Parts: sequence; structure tokens; C-alpha cells
Amino acid sequence: MILDHLASRAADADGSPSLNGLSRRGFLQVGAAAGGGLLLSLSLPLRNSDAEAVDANGFAPNAFIRIGSDGAIVLTMPYVEMGQGTYTSVPMLIAEELEVDLKQVRLEHAPPDEKLYGNPFLGVQATGGSTTIRATWKPMREAGAIARTMLVAAAAKRWNVAPDSCRAQIGEVLHGATGRSIKYGELAADAAHMPVPDHVTLKRPEDFKLIGTPAKRLDAPAKVNGTAVYGIDVRPPGVKIATLAQSPVFGGRVKSVDDTAAKAVKDVRQIVRLDDAVAVVADHMGAARKGLAALVIEWDDGPHAKLSMDEIAGELEQATLKAGPVAQNIGDIDKALASVVTKVEATYQVPFLAHAAMEPMNCTVHVRQDGCEVWVGSQVIARAQAAAAKTTGLPLDKVVVHNHLIGGGFGRRLEIDGVIRAVQIAQHVDGPVKVVWTREEDIQHDMYRPYFFDRMSAGLDDKDMPVAWNHRFAGSSILARFLPPAFNKGLDPDTTDGAIDLVYALPNMHVEYLRVEPPGIPTAFWRSVGPSHSVFVVESFMDELAAAAKQDPVAYRRALLDKSPRAKAVLDLAAEKAGWGQPLSGRVGRGVSLQFVFGSYMAQVAEVEVSKDGAVRVRRVVCAVDCGTVINPDTVQAQIQSAIMFGITAALYGEITLKNGRVEQANFDTYQILRMNEAPAIEVHIVKSSEPPGGMGEPGTSAIVPAVANAIFAATGKRLRKMPIDTASLKQPA
Amino acid sequence: MALTIKVNQKSHSVDVDGDTPLLWVLRDVLGMTGTKFGCGAALCGACTVHVDGVATRSCITPVDSIGTSEITTIEAIGATPTGARIVQAWLDREVVQCGYCQSGQIMSASALLASNPRPTDADIDDAMSGNICRCGTYLRIREAIKQAAQTSKQGSVQ
Repeated sequence: MILDHLASRAADADGSPSLNGLSRRGFLQVGAAAGGGLLLSLSLPLRNSDAEAVDANGFAPNAFIRIGSDGAIVLTMPYVEMGQGTYTSVPMLIAEELEVDLKQVRLEHAPPDEKLYGNPFLGVQATGGSTTIRATWKPMREAGAIARTMLVAAAAKRWNVAPDSCRAQIGEVLHGATGRSIKYGELAADAAHMPVPDHVTLKRPEDFKLIGTPAKRLDAPAKVNGTAVYGIDVRPPGVKIATLAQSPVFGGRVKSVDDTAAKAVKDVRQIVRLDDAVAVVADHMGAARKGLAALVIEWDDGPHAKLSMDEIAGELEQATLKAGPVAQNIGDIDKALASVVTKVEATYQVPFLAHAAMEPMNCTVHVRQDGCEVWVGSQVIARAQAAAAKTTGLPLDKVVVHNHLIGGGFGRRLEIDGVIRAVQIAQHVDGPVKVVWTREEDIQHDMYRPYFFDRMSAGLDDKDMPVAWNHRFAGSSILARFLPPAFNKGLDPDTTDGAIDLVYALPNMHVEYLRVEPPGIPTAFWRSVGPSHSVFVVESFMDELAAAAKQDPVAYRRALLDKSPRAKAVLDLAAEKAGWGQPLSGRVGRGVSLQFVFGSYMAQVAEVEVSKDGAVRVRRVVCAVDCGTVINPDTVQAQIQSAIMFGITAALYGEITLKNGRVEQANFDTYQILRMNEAPAIEVHIVKSSEPPGGMGEPGTSAIVPAVANAIFAATGKRLRKMPIDTASLKQPA
Repeated sequence: MALTIKVNQKSHSVDVDGDTPLLWVLRDVLGMTGTKFGCGAALCGACTVHVDGVATRSCITPVDSIGTSEITTIEAIGATPTGARIVQAWLDREVVQCGYCQSGQIMSASALLASNPRPTDADIDDAMSGNICRCGTYLRIREAIKQAAQTSKQGSVQ
């Protein structure tokens, strides 16, 4: 996401951070691990060269490999597992070069430490933006190779033979000539004293044993027998359970509370009143919820008491009537538009969206006089620690934070509002307290994918091809809040991602972004971030141009791709596998989308059926992807299936609306999620590539929404320029 | 009020209000956290357990309605023949992603298979559409249920 654009300024030739050469400059430290063994502490160069954009004080170790005397390889995972498979793919990278079996690798969650575990793509200790594999692709393999080289050196010294007469294999070093072998664990203590190689040569792709093969997920067994521990499952001794009601209008305050009935509920222990929330603390969530229902709270709704969608959307629309900061300009748009044969204009809108992860927001906190302990599943564990320190007034080193598996992140756990809230409550409670949000609170106090309003215009030449592309849009900038230095000159590289640097050759192109923060509703990253909005607009509008030109949508796009062979290849593959052009009967249509975001090329063809009453069913989706080198093909397939379901949910149902400042949706009845009976067949076709890996967690979501909308156009002739799909507008005329 | 419930073949005495949902008794009183909270309103299926073998949403099931019925949770489903096949199929088909909903999915699927050893796609839709997966693992869930049904069939042939 984001930070692709910032990072690209300092990228290596292949766009990947590297360890090579770093040890000379003292960035790699080796020492004996506690309890004996080899400890490698890696450092990654911060990829961002702009010292002002992020904390550039970053040449510190980044991850830890520990090889114990028992031979166990313990890898401290700087990136958290929330379903995306990182707890399998990152270990694969290390194991490939270290020459160990994946079964020998044990994983630990990283503790908070921005300097040790900062994501070199993001500049903070964060899991997001489909960056993990891109950030770790080279350094994690180098980490494995460095460790292997030192283990081999230790064995060679012990045998008094040349290191290059030895080789490593499945957790041991072999000496071919004599048939001797020593296990890694027995070499670990010696290896710690071997010189650190300045440079390691990584395997050639044709020699990979693990990379590119479908490895089994290391986290799966614990997730099918109830033993996996998510944040919501922690139970420190004596823990109480709390649930809460927050001001239904953002920015409101508690005016009065009558807690008489709540206190009378069996097993309710305490009512905690904050400025803008009330919490019920109990022995169990059953009592806490019952107590919550019994509270009589009067709210002062504050300045946003009358806020409505008309006001928010109207303000965004108005904003796009004036010029804004230029995100990209190619050629001369005004000149080009003045001489075009056909002009096409349209406006688009996308709604606020909730994350609605299956694990509701929760955080467990124990505040003591001299310290604070936090248990949470977080995509930004160091920020969680800092937030707890700030809220309690304790120094950072007195705040211990334990990270946990996340029951769905999708960007929600990049935010620390839930940690702050739990600490505020825990400050009033004697002993540890687990604050669990009800589903209603989770939906109504989310931080939402922003609403955007887009104004498009384009001009076609005498051959009906686009020679002018003009795009102006307005909406919230998440980065301006999340990482202020990344918001420069009014521009936000996340929000514009997918709207600029298009795969298409457009001789005149002009894109402007206006940051408009809607009042009274917080915004945040949501799976596929900026492209979740921009790819819908760009790919829908490209479809409109093809329609205006009376040309086939695939052929029309294809004609603009001569300088983008990887994009053309995925488009061709998706079209071929989908049977593009083959006849369909009834109100059924195929729609296509094409994108290059998160470092991956992707084309999707959706096949959609629209019933007489307007109901939409996505029957089949064919996806072609070129994500460079594939680490775990099974994960690629799983993530694309997942991201497509996520995007279809948004296209069909996703919408958060405000009335009188209150979010109108509350639970899965009013904020619907795609279900099994609605799931389409999905085919994923992966283009074989030896390019550096691209991101995989998010691109499937941004690509599916326009593919579905374009398929509906093909099926009905109705162009949908506002999400979610308005099925009433698709009713067949009698 | 003290109640006795039988969970995974073990009796537990719990002292909670009778209308307390079973989910919270399992998670917060008995410390069996494999059963998950998703919605509190029987809309998502994350809290599914078996009550006398029937898939039941524990988030809306008052604990005093259980009586002497046998409760089975994710922690013990692998010990039943059908549950073991489902769990193995889940691993073989690499179903899980975030995994949070999968306890409920596995409980719904094993109840389906126990009562209907050869479910059709429509049967699977009927039994499983009450279970939301935000990671969208539905296609693999369907494959896994079919695999488990298949291994069941092979088992009976032998």
C-alpha cells in the first residue's frame, strides 16, 4: 500500500531490502543465546530514505533466529498472523536457506520494539499493506544462509576439513567424503563464535526445495482443536470480564448513568464510568452483557448529533468541483480534451465500510501501581505498548505487551483505540480485566474505510481510443493521521494508489486528490486500502470507455497494454480461462478488471447472474495473477479466494451509514457478510515468474468489485457508479 | 443458582444466573475458550456446540435449558469418529486462515455429517450457511466436508 511509493525511492535494484554487506557496517550481531546456542540478530536497512517520513533511526536488528542446543530453530515473528499465512511463508524463507525441515521451526510472537522489528516497507512495526513477503523475501533468506554458513564452518573446524567439502541438509552438516554428520543443535555453541560472513550467495530459484511448493500451514493444527489462543482467549489469573457502551455519536459524552439495576445483576462487580463510555465489569461476559442492558445512560450527543449521509456525501461532491493537489500529470489534459471526438463523463461513490472481523474487538489489561501488562492481537504491537504507556503515564519499559493470534485483522488491528479504551477501564479495576466489545459496539465504533466521491472525464480520438483521462476525487486521508510525515503537499500515496501509475498507456492523464475529512466518523485502513476505492473507479470507467467505443472490454484494455507485458499476460490468461466471448443466456454477464497494485499484476473475470427482481448472484470468478516469485502457492490461492469473498461482500452488502450521527448498522443482520450459499466458484491461475514477490493479501479484493459491476452492466446494460449494488435499480422492467 | 452441566463427558457445577448463555459458561466460567464469540445473536455460528449431537448456537442458549443433555465442544469433537474425519479433512484441505470461525464451522459440519453421511451441495449450503467466515474459506469448507463424507463412505465399505 502506502508505502510502496515512499519505499520505492530507496529500493534495491530488485526492490527488496537486503542484508548483504551489512555485517561489515556492524548491523549484524551474533552472540551466544541464553542457554547456549547461536543467536543471530538481523538488521534491515529502512527502505525509506526520507529521514523525515519515518523514524530513520533504524539500523538496528530486525528479527531473531535462535538455534538451541536441542536443535530447535526458534523464529521470532515480527509480523503477526491474522489468517494471511505469514506464520508459514516467512519460516519457509528461512528454512530454505538454513536447510531445515519446516517441522523443526518453532515460532514466537515478537514483543513490541520498533527498532528491532520495524517493517522496512512501513517504517513502523506493522503488519499490513500486503508487505510482509516483500519486506522479508531477501533478508529472511540471507538470515538463514548466514546461519547455515556459520554452522558449516563450525563443523568443518571440528572435523579439520575445508568448509566447502561440507554441506547442510535437514538440520545437520554432512561431510560427504567421510560420511560424517553433526546435528545443528550440537554445533550451535561453536557456530556462535564463527566469523560472520560478509556476503552470502543465495540459492538459485531452480535449487529451491521449499519456496514454490505448497507447504502446510504451521498454525492450522491448533486452529482445528480449540487450542489456538487469540487475544480474546487469554485468561490471566483473577481476570474479570468487561463490556462497554460508547457514545453512540462520535464525539458525544456521558451525561448521566443510572446503574442501580446493573449493579443488582448477579456476578456484576463494578460499573466504570468514563467521559464517553460506560463499562460493566463482571465475573463473566454473560453477566457483563446483562448488566450493560440494564444500564440507563443519558448521552450528550455533542457537535455531530445531526450528522447525516447527505451532509457527508454532499461535502465531498462539492469539494470535487474545485481543483486539488495533482497526484499525477502526463501530457496536456486540457489541450487533449479540447480536440477529442467523444467525451465521456461520470461520477462515482464508494461508502464507508466496517471491518467486521470475526473476533470482536478486545484487549486485556492489568494496571498496577508500578507497571502495566497488556494482552492483545495487534498489527502494531509497539504502538499498542506506547498507547498503554501514554494512557497510564508509565514509562515504556514498565508496559509489557503480549501479542496474540488475530481472528481477522483486515486493517482494524492497525489501530490502537481498543487498547487505549481497555487501559482506561483497567485503571479503575483492581486486577486484570478483559474488555470485550459486543458485536454491536464493534460495528458501530469501528474506524471505517473512507467514503470517496470521484469525478471522471475522458476523451476518445477518431479511433475511439482514450487520449485524455481526467480523474479528481475527494475523501479522507488515513495516512495523514496514521503516519503524518507520509502526507506531503496534500497528497497521500495510499489514497492515490491504483488511481495513478496505471498499466494503460494514456498519452494525457491528470489525477487530483482532495483531502476532505468527514466530521464525526473515524476512518482507517481496510483490506486493499487505497485500491479498494480507486480500482473500482478506474476499472469501471475504463469499461465505460469501451462501451462508448462499442468495443469489447478485454480487447479495448488490451490495446492499451503494449508497454505492460505482465499486465497483458494476466488479462489474456483470465479471459482465456473464463471463456471470454463465449455466449451466455439469460440475464448473465461477464465483467473484467485489471490492476497492478501491491506489487502484483491481477486480472479477474466475474460471471454474474441478475434475477428479474434485481438480485445479484456472482456465479464464477476467474483470476489470473502474476505476483512474481511464489513462496507458498497454496497461500496465494487461499488469499485470492478470501479476498474475492471479502470484495463480493462489500459489493453486494457493504455500507455503513449515519443517521443523526449514529451508525445505523449493528450486527450481521444489518451488516451482512457473504455466506456459503452465495459463494461463487473461484479459479486461480498463477503466472510462473522469477520476479521478486508481490503482495498477496489484498489485491483480490480491489479487483473483484469492478469485475462484478462490469458484469452487471454486461448482463443488464445498467452501469453501477455507486457501491454497494442497488438491486432495486436492477429490476427488469415489466 | 448452582447448575450441573455435562460438557465433553465431564460434569461441572456452575453458579450463574439460569439465563446466562452457555457460551459464557464455557468460555469464562469453565475456561474452555475454543468455542468463540462472534455476534451474541445466533447470526454467525462461531459459538456452535453440540447439544445431544445437534448443532446449537451457544450464545443464545440459556444454561438452564440444557438439563441433562450432553454438550460437546471443539475441544472434544476430534474424539468422535465423524469429528475426527472432519478435523482431518480440514487439515488436508488447508481450510483455516485466521481460524477464528473454524471451531463453529467444524461443529456445524460434524453435526451435518453425523446425521447425513452423504450430503449434497444443497445439504451443505443448508447446514453451513449460518456460519460466517470473514476470511471466505467457504470453498475449502465445502471440499473438506465432501472429503470427510467420502472417507466415511470408504470406511463403511471396508
